[in-house]
Amino acid sequence: MSEKKTKRRDFLFTATTAVGAVGAAAVVWPMIDQMNPDASVKALASTEVDVSSLTPGNTLTVLWRGKPVFIRRRTQEEIDEARKVKMEDLIHPEKDEDRAKNPEWLVMLGVCTHLGCVPLNDKGDYNGWFCPCHGSHYDTSGRIRKGPAPWNMEVPKYEFVDANTIKIG
Amino acid sequence: MSDHDYRPKSKAGQWFNDRLPLLTLANHLTDYPTPKNLNYWWTFGGILTFCLITQIVTGLTLAMHYIAHADMAFESVEHIMRDVNYGWLIRYIHANGASMFFLAVYIHIFRSLFYGSYKAPREIIWIIGIIIYLLMMAAAFMGYVLPWGQMSFWGATVITNLFSAIPLVGEGIVTWLWGGYSVDNPTLTRFFTLHYLIPFLILGLVVLHIWALHVPGNNNPVGIDIKKPSKDTVPFHPYIVIKDGFALLMFMIVFAFFVFYAPNILGHADNYIEANPMVTPAHIVPEWYLLPFYAILRSVPDKLLGVVAMLSAILILAVLPWLDTSKIRSAVFRPLYKQFYWILVADVLILGYVGAMPAEGLYLLIARVATAYYFIHFLVILPVLGFKEKTLPVPLSITEPVLGGSPNLATARQKESKIE
Repeated sequence: MSEKKTKRRDFLFTATTAVGAVGAAAVVWPMIDQMNPDASVKALASTEVDVSSLTPGNTLTVLWRGKPVFIRRRTQEEIDEARKVKMEDLIHPEKDEDRAKNPEWLVMLGVCTHLGCVPLNDKGDYNGWFCPCHGSHYDTSGRIRKGPAPWNMEVPKYEFVDANTIKIG
Repeated sequence: MSDHDYRPKSKAGQWFNDRLPLLTLANHLTDYPTPKNLNYWWTFGGILTFCLITQIVTGLTLAMHYIAHADMAFESVEHIMRDVNYGWLIRYIHANGASMFFLAVYIHIFRSLFYGSYKAPREIIWIIGIIIYLLMMAAAFMGYVLPWGQMSFWGATVITNLFSAIPLVGEGIVTWLWGGYSVDNPTLTRFFTLHYLIPFLILGLVVLHIWALHVPGNNNPVGIDIKKPSKDTVPFHPYIVIKDGFALLMFMIVFAFFVFYAPNILGHADNYIEANPMVTPAHIVPEWYLLPFYAILRSVPDKLLGVVAMLSAILILAVLPWLDTSKIRSAVFRPLYKQFYWILVADVLILGYVGAMPAEGLYLLIARVATAYYFIHFLVILPVLGFKEKTLPVPLSITEPVLGGSPNLATARQKESKIE
């Protein structure tokens, strides 16, 4: 008799705890998720940039989703330098052909993959970019060559809308 | 807790105290027996309480004028500096108060390291202290972001990006922390909220810190267990209150010097330039009190391991009571530990110095050696020292060596016998 009662209680106890846990989780998740990017932030998904004024050997920096984007019109020397690098010399191996579909144009997030600083143009040991914060060197394809950054600078989704306009995002 | 039964003298007091024993608590705090040999290194607990209250009061008043919005934050801080009555004073007290808070907490921590205050039975006091220290760093970091200057913005970017070193979920966590794809307005508003919250969490932990302290009682420069109350103790009031009060006055002179004569010397000029997400300042440096850990971060060439090393450097302190195997608390009776202690102090100061310098060449080499030594101190030297070290004889009570005229029991006995 008493054994039966205990089992009934065990069931009630387990069921109550389970419902309580699900209820708590259902309340906690909105509290956590409210901190993720909201609808208005997500809505700023793409930017169009006029690049007609950009001459070879120069970089345009534009803001996209609060982050700087480097649009580099590369010289032939820079393209040759980027393409002749051997894959085994790279920390994060990526072909320049994959990073710059149109070799003259390199579009990438101007954000160091170490801790998010903006690297400086035409600086560093590889004639590309140099991050002043913790000393990462990037080559003319924006690939990490030396320093604490783990990855190459990220190439965002972009396309040429027409000959002079790039749409990022 | 109550070593003696307390009963208020007045009828009204008794009536109240039977219902809410606040007067018993007040009596415990005033009569609390403290070792009579506490030196001035023991006054920093009171000084830290003062610092916390100063930060809360000045912070509350600043919050009445500050606007937590990416477009207005920088201007509202300038508005506080130029337009608000005494706004400059309140902000300079708050900004320099953070530095004074850390100055005091570092002295407090190193006092504990010297006199072995973290050892049994005071481990919980020590661990609560480490949690308070971590919360202080979080509060200070977020507070530094609020003026929305260049250092605010890029400091926030660099520090939040530390989380991106976590494999797989790192990037998601960083986006979640930011509330966007970069440090922006959502980041600022949440940092303001948390900056407002944390001091009250610290206040709660300070109560626990003191509560945990009042169970075993204070450690003391001799580092021995004492009977309480006894001829080795004095009541907290008025003896310690007066001593703490005097030390606090001295501390306030230093504090006032910074506020009135060098209010920006501990800051960075770059933070008087409004945040610009397109340009990173040439030389990003955290506030001075975070520099040793920053040096450790930079001394490791791998991103994830650098972050792990930096966090370990702080968290290793939490297990210190179990890393130090020596039964003797005070460094006064540990001739070898005393030397290693001062080497550690020098090591941390060196880390702080190279943390402010560019991470290249000789500075990087020094940072790496100093980082290695920091960990060796806690993981190798301290555990081994407890077994190898020949400690000096410890006196049986605080009074004994004082009456004998020497902190060393053997010499005290010799002197006594000579006198006889």
